[in-house]
Amino acid sequence: MRFLKLLPLLMFLGISAQAQSPTYGVGRTPSTEEIRAWDISISPTGEELPSGSGTAAEGEQLYLQKGCAGCHGITGTGGLAPRLLKRDAGPSANPWALGRILPIRAPYATAVWDYINRGMPLMAEGTLTPDEVYSITAYLLYLNEVIAEDKVLTAESLPKVEMPNRDTWAPLPEWWEPGMPRLPGYPY
Amino acid sequence: MTKEHKEKSTGSKSPDRREFLKRGAALAGGLSLGTVESAIGQTPPSGGNILGTPELVGYGKRSRFETSVRIPHGGRPSPDAFGLDFHIAAPLQESVGVITPSSLHYMGTTRGSFVPDIDPEEHRLMIHGMVDRPLIFTMEELRRLPSVTRLHFIECAGNRANRRHKTVQETHGMTSCAEWTGVLLSTLLKEAGVQDDGSWIVAEGVEEVKGASSIPMAKAMEDCLVCYGMNGEAVRPQQGYPLRLLVPGFEGILSVKWLRRIKVVDQFYMTYNDYGHLRQESDDAALAMQIGPKSVITFPSGEQKLPGPGFYEISGLAWSGGGAVSKVEVSTDSGRSWVEAEIRGTAHPMAHTRFSLQWDWNGQECELQSRCTDELGSVQPSRAQIAEFWNQPPDQPVRVRGQDNSIQPWRVESDGSVHNAIS
Repeated sequence: MRFLKLLPLLMFLGISAQAQSPTYGVGRTPSTEEIRAWDISISPTGEELPSGSGTAAEGEQLYLQKGCAGCHGITGTGGLAPRLLKRDAGPSANPWALGRILPIRAPYATAVWDYINRGMPLMAEGTLTPDEVYSITAYLLYLNEVIAEDKVLTAESLPKVEMPNRDTWAPLPEWWEPGMPRLPGYPY
Repeated sequence: MTKEHKEKSTGSKSPDRREFLKRGAALAGGLSLGTVESAIGQTPPSGGNILGTPELVGYGKRSRFETSVRIPHGGRPSPDAFGLDFHIAAPLQESVGVITPSSLHYMGTTRGSFVPDIDPEEHRLMIHGMVDRPLIFTMEELRRLPSVTRLHFIECAGNRANRRHKTVQETHGMTSCAEWTGVLLSTLLKEAGVQDDGSWIVAEGVEEVKGASSIPMAKAMEDCLVCYGMNGEAVRPQQGYPLRLLVPGFEGILSVKWLRRIKVVDQFYMTYNDYGHLRQESDDAALAMQIGPKSVITFPSGEQKLPGPGFYEISGLAWSGGGAVSKVEVSTDSGRSWVEAEIRGTAHPMAHTRFSLQWDWNGQECELQSRCTDELGSVQPSRAQIAEFWNQPPDQPVRVRGQDNSIQPWRVESDGSVHNAIS
């Protein structure tokens, strides 16, 4: 499927020899260190995760120390910033009923780690160490009853965490191509 | 001289300025004399004259009589208690033509963001990941590459009208259209050499939350722009200065601002931006990505008032993420009959398009609607048509799936007042 999607691109690259080598020669090649320093993306499979580890107990301490509680509330709710504690929707609830709350709706725990790492805490973004991000992620997942209190999160274990919304979301359409209506069979 | 001018002149101590003001006063006196004696009937401007200042000579500003402004959208304040901007809606009710002035262009951020203050000399764009040649560009280098200039709208996924909204700014203000200048993203990706497995890109901004979005490679190679120009000058800070991505016709969150990095990857990356716009059902996901044919009447629109029966030009904006607008129809009888409106100017692909219809209002209560058809043949639906298509229960509020492109009804009362008629 992915190959089919790329087919037009491959064909284009195939017939245009110029496209395979730089046309303009503008811009420079970044060093491996530069790329590593800039690249904070974390995929759902977690290959970019740095080594490190953390637990909910450590995360609970950090949640207070780093000021998370000041905006998000002591228990992940009641602050000015978005709520971090799932809503009470009953034991058998569809995960979507628990609210648009990152540590419960995110289909992958890597998305929780990534956002804390890149965007928190307010005014000191990017200052948390990998261990601290693993710990705060563990605390928020424990708070939302996704992982056990003693679970140790690492680069290996984090992508394997089974989020309740893992398989209940709809991916963007694989069939879409430029010039197509947004949904075949839908006249509007 | 007006009161304002007198206040300004007493505040000035510079001899040059005094001399200038004296001459100004003499000129103003001459003009007022002219109003009495002139044979050609000239009258002075009603508000006096605008005194020239170095600031106004350097960078002009609109008349003080023009008061059209943006407003926070969706019930959350901007700026908020932290100084973050969230969603800000454009005043479409006063818009003319198709360009949204840069100062009035809608603004959206994901969680609420500070606007970063970026020195363009320091700014870099990196392209890396599944490419043969990772590249890093300065702004100067990007400006050396072949450029394109295109009109495109950007629309926020939150641009959803409801019955509580009063004005078109509230129902539709989270869309805007500008002339964008920059380099085709495909130019940069080809320069870097996308590898076979590269099926998605992740675009990332430099603001404090490093907002990032996943975009399918087919779209990235098609028509996306890396923009440094907007409406004839540099992109504004609120719009991503010095560099923003533009993903034409797709939901606004993909048009990453303050663009610093593009990573070519082999899967949907589920960034925070992506997560925030997840859908439960695949039809919703498809309808949420590309924006459907859409239009709205901006005059007469909610909370405006017609002074009385007679001639009016009904005017509005139409657009589609599927390409150019091919037709706009207007109904003055609640959608029972439709008349084709005139397209004013050229309908550009994925750009706001101005339409108008000459109308003689007979003074009776009526309901105005507009309906857009795009070059793909898709037609803007009424809310009732949406409910019918998806077999939604008639006794419940209509759920518009994906991006809301439903027809906006405005009710004109017999006293000339205009109101949102979504039921």
